Amino acid sequence: MSKIFDVLAIDDEQVILDSIVRLCSLRDWQVDTAQDALIGLDKISKNKYKIIISDIMMPQLDGFELLDRLRQEDINIPVIITTGYSTVENAVKSLYSGAIDFLPKPFTVEELLSCLSRGMRYREIQEAFEAHQGPIDDDTIFFVPCPAKYYRLGYGSWSLLEEDGSLKVGLTDLFLRTIEGIERIEFMNIEEEIVQGNSCAQIYTNDELVHHLLAPISGRIVKRNKNLLKDHSLIEKDPYFEGWMYTIIPTDLDFESKRLIPCTAETI
Amino acid sequence: MLNKISFKLIFTVSLAVIIIISAYAYFNIRAQSKVLLTEIERHADQESEIIKSSTKDAMLNNNRELIHKIIKTIGRQQCIHTVRILNKEGEIIYSSDTTVIGKMLDKKAEACYTCHASGVPMEKLPMKNRTRIFRLYPDSARIFGIINPIYNEPSCYNAPCHVHPRNKKVLGVLDLTICLKFVDQKIADAKLKMVIFAIVSILAISFILWFFVRIWVSKPVNELVDATKEVAAGNLNYTLPELGNDELGILSRSFNNMTKKLAEARLQLFQSDKLASLGRLAAGVAHEINNPLTGILTYSSFLLKRTKDQPELQNDLSVIVRETKRSREIVKGLLDFARQSVPKKNKANINQIINHSLKVVENQLTISNIEIVKDLPENLPEVTVDANQIQQVFTNLLVNAGHAIGEKGGRVSIKSSVLSLKPYGNAKVKQALCPKGHNLMDPVVKIHGLASIKMGAKADGNSGFIHLDPIYGKNENHYGIQMKEGAQLDLFCPKCQVSLIDKKKKCPKCGSPVYFFEIPGKGRFEGCTAKGCDWQFWQEIENEGAKDYIEIKISDTGCGIPKENLPKIFEPFYTTKGQKGTGLGLAVIWGIIDNHNGTITVDSEVNVGTTFTVRLPVA
Repeated sequence: MSKIFDVLAIDDEQVILDSIVRLCSLRDWQVDTAQDALIGLDKISKNKYKIIISDIMMPQLDGFELLDRLRQEDINIPVIITTGYSTVENAVKSLYSGAIDFLPKPFTVEELLSCLSRGMRYREIQEAFEAHQGPIDDDTIFFVPCPAKYYRLGYGSWSLLEEDGSLKVGLTDLFLRTIEGIERIEFMNIEEEIVQGNSCAQIYTNDELVHHLLAPISGRIVKRNKNLLKDHSLIEKDPYFEGWMYTIIPTDLDFESKRLIPCTAETI
Repeated sequence: MLNKISFKLIFTVSLAVIIIISAYAYFNIRAQSKVLLTEIERHADQESEIIKSSTKDAMLNNNRELIHKIIKTIGRQQCIHTVRILNKEGEIIYSSDTTVIGKMLDKKAEACYTCHASGVPMEKLPMKNRTRIFRLYPDSARIFGIINPIYNEPSCYNAPCHVHPRNKKVLGVLDLTICLKFVDQKIADAKLKMVIFAIVSILAISFILWFFVRIWVSKPVNELVDATKEVAAGNLNYTLPELGNDELGILSRSFNNMTKKLAEARLQLFQSDKLASLGRLAAGVAHEINNPLTGILTYSSFLLKRTKDQPELQNDLSVIVRETKRSREIVKGLLDFARQSVPKKNKANINQIINHSLKVVENQLTISNIEIVKDLPENLPEVTVDANQIQQVFTNLLVNAGHAIGEKGGRVSIKSSVLSLKPYGNAKVKQALCPKGHNLMDPVVKIHGLASIKMGAKADGNSGFIHLDPIYGKNENHYGIQMKEGAQLDLFCPKCQVSLIDKKKKCPKCGSPVYFFEIPGKGRFEGCTAKGCDWQFWQEIENEGAKDYIEIKISDTGCGIPKENLPKIFEPFYTTKGQKGTGLGLAVIWGIIDNHNGTITVDSEVNVGTTFTVRLPVA
């Protein structure tokens, strides 16, 4: 008998599973747990889950292999990757491999909840998109995909190479649609370095959550969008052009751009 | 023993000596024998002539008795073996050995053969053919024989006995044989002497060789062997004594050089191993600690969320959450260490950070009877720093101060203040480009621990490199070129050779040519090429004017650092704590402060104390 859960948590550490269950109870989310990705896959085939949150290092099947298996079996449940070995490499690799988000351990209640709530919203948009029949017009638009020539990290942030070799950085419409009611955005300063896969802006929403935007690429901030600093709602109106966030001088464009996904192939 | 160099050398040399001496002896003895034989030949010939002439009269008178007597007398002489006179038919007529008289000799007998070999007997014989050497028995002494033909003379055929007709040419033969025993004895003596001489010379040469091989080869080779054994056993600090100027001396010096290089390589390997194990440790620690930390952080933040109505609990819980978050940052810092992560800067009050650090080490210091003196004035401007990293800096410096004081007690003072510093003498050049955009920074040659600016240089026909001090106005440059005072210096980019001299400008102080380079985003840097002149000008930075810095001084009354160690203390892996320290503490501190565009300097006096001065820009 197939059961319906909100979250499938996969981790070999019981305390992590327990705490995820405990924290999700704050939002009344039903959580199922698995001690290994292999058990998780078995459960996925039997039950229904909205989102999956999985560790990377596990005894039998690791997080990356889980992402591969899900892709092979054409299962598009959004996966959030979390790990104690939270390096930039792991973060970027998991996003490139198809995870929708990366949550470094240890995390706080707020971090987990904001991450999961984005995942839930992502899932809703995904389901609506899949359920939709017929042509998409202005009334049925689910999200505005980022334009061609743009590159994105996961589904959240984009970067665009300018003619002078600098890069523009911003967040995607899909990311905006997974968060609710922006109250304020905390930007980084000019001259500061942003690092691919690390937080480059904090977005405070009116549901008391803080959302970290992961930088699509590393570099030194040389310019910030002054209009956006004055009025953050600009980002909601036009996230891809008027609502850009930073101009950066990239530090290792050649290497890092290989781990970005071109926007021409955007699916959900 | 057989494999020793000295033995091999002695063996080969002895062999050579034996060959040489044998050859010498062979030819020498041969020559000697020849001389002896010739002498004997002459002597025998003479003697046979004497016998002939002394018996002549008796022969003419046919006085046989007298002839017998004479021959007997002569035959009795020591050296003479036999004296025989044969007639033409081969009959022995007279002989010192009376038993053979009257016997006929075959023409093929050794005494007759030389003349009678061919059909017609020879009448005149050269000396060579008249002599012969033979042995009576194989083991008897050699015998030398000489035949002397007795020719027919007028007195013979005119003699009253008329025994010999006139037409006969040869009447008979006088055969004299001489025993060569004494000659052989002499030759044998000479041979023996030669052998003794050969043995003595081999012994002497062996001894001399052994002696000098011992001094020149064995001793240094043994030292080398001992040294290689030491090195093989792992003692790379072993050095060979000076072994002279020969090839072995050169070998010993290159051996010492090699062990030195090996020791350095091993140290580097050891250090990179240290770093690698630190990396593994970091990864392991990160993974293992982050899981339990997740438990603490999620549950504590969960509790914090659920106890909003209990302010008492809230305070305590927020401490747990805050400190867990700090642990998270420490672990992350550990992971990022190898990656040299960029600091997460935020505006912060430096005194607050100092107080946080003090809280961490306070207990440790008070236990060791260390008094902490704080001078932290209020209203200091805020600095933009990564609070965790800067706290790590102060914590480490305070812990180090505590270690320097040790158990005996003392005082640690920490003082913060604001000061305004002009860019001249303080601003750092971190990037420099030639007009064509090549990077001039050279991280290999460091001045004040910072990468220097490398320029190609030409002066007086010499060429080389100049490393400029990266601190604006400090001018502690390294001149890698030979030049006279006041020589014209041509500077250019070491990569593309484009000139770095500004032809339109002259130094306002001394009138010398001026060099320049670009600093990305910070305009143009100019300076005087003259060696003694300290003029430098950096428009963009001068426009910014004097900058405010927060200065933090941490002083201790500890053991101090010897002057010669001061330049090394910020180098990675330099440690005075042996295996207890990683040697990374101060190197990490230096990196953190440098990442914050600040400076850290040290003053120290042995047994008085050490002061670390950290300056961070106010922004």
